[in-house]
Amino acid sequence: MWLLTEPVGLSHYLIVGAIMFVSGAVCMATKRNALGVLMGIELVLNGANINFVAFGSDFLSRNPSYGIGLDGQVIAIFVIVLAAAEAAVALAIVLNFYNNYSTVDVDQADELKG
Amino acid sequence: MDAINWHSMFFLLFAGLACSFALAVVCTSNVVRMAFFLILSLAATAGLFFLAGADFVGAMQLVLYVGGTLVLLVFGVMLTAQSPFVSIRTSGGDWVLAAMVGGSLLAILVPSALVIGERANQAPGQAVAPTIKSASAGPAAETPSDALPAPPVESRPTATRIGQALLGVRVDKLTEQDETVRNGLSGYLLPFEIASIHLLVVLVGAAFLARAKRRAKSKFSDA
Repeated sequence: MWLLTEPVGLSHYLIVGAIMFVSGAVCMATKRNALGVLMGIELVLNGANINFVAFGSDFLSRNPSYGIGLDGQVIAIFVIVLAAAEAAVALAIVLNFYNNYSTVDVDQADELKG
Repeated sequence: MDAINWHSMFFLLFAGLACSFALAVVCTSNVVRMAFFLILSLAATAGLFFLAGADFVGAMQLVLYVGGTLVLLVFGVMLTAQSPFVSIRTSGGDWVLAAMVGGSLLAILVPSALVIGERANQAPGQAVAPTIKSASAGPAAETPSDALPAPPVESRPTATRIGQALLGVRVDKLTEQDETVRNGLSGYLLPFEIASIHLLVVLVGAAFLARAKRRAKSKFSDA
């Protein structure tokens, strides 16, 4: 109940970011569908983005020298843009793999295995 | 009973939605449901950004991520959704290993997040108290919230400042005292240009990779 009456601090945001990061890492590790691996990457990038925005926010920390100001938000925008580019290229590679091998199972992509 | 802090309540709502749908993405094995849960999780993250005062980043999260990247992923799911690939099962041993690695990673990250949050609430010169504030602390207890006044509650739109920072002017750091530090804060014009060239190259490359290849023999069979 104390969560409802206390103001939200930096650690709340960091914990949410940590949970999303770990979910994405586990998703990348366990999914055998290549698109599932891509979704794990998106979750990891979002967990990092939450941390950037939280550190850049004026409202979450009482110590003004602790935040990184506007830099956090600008870096978060760059992360969003680069994630869009990464998803486009990765999806093109997955579709190419699907056209050539008729599967999206990453365990089947073992042609380079020594 | 104190009054309900609505900011905290909406934070809990969006944080619960984001975390639970992120866990749902991990737990389900149907790739169509994974895409849907991912859309909901990222939309709830946009709500978290709005609550942190980052209105422009939240809007970009909704427009670019939920509206662009996720639609791209859903198209990929639809193009490859043959029945054997919709749900590919993972073996139990992999799940156990991944749960162990993920749990240990979380066990490292959460205590450090608590320590950093404590430190951010303290005055600049104050030593870091080793105890983490518990819920049962009485009003007479010395809490870090007494050390500094609460942060300002008025919110200013950030779109103008972010746009000027991307054009090379840091309007939020004009009052910086140190001359050398102020010269170093020259904005984000070069990364902005690099990102634009990068997007052009990526779009051309993705279109080249995913183009429909016409086989040589089909040219004769069609004719």
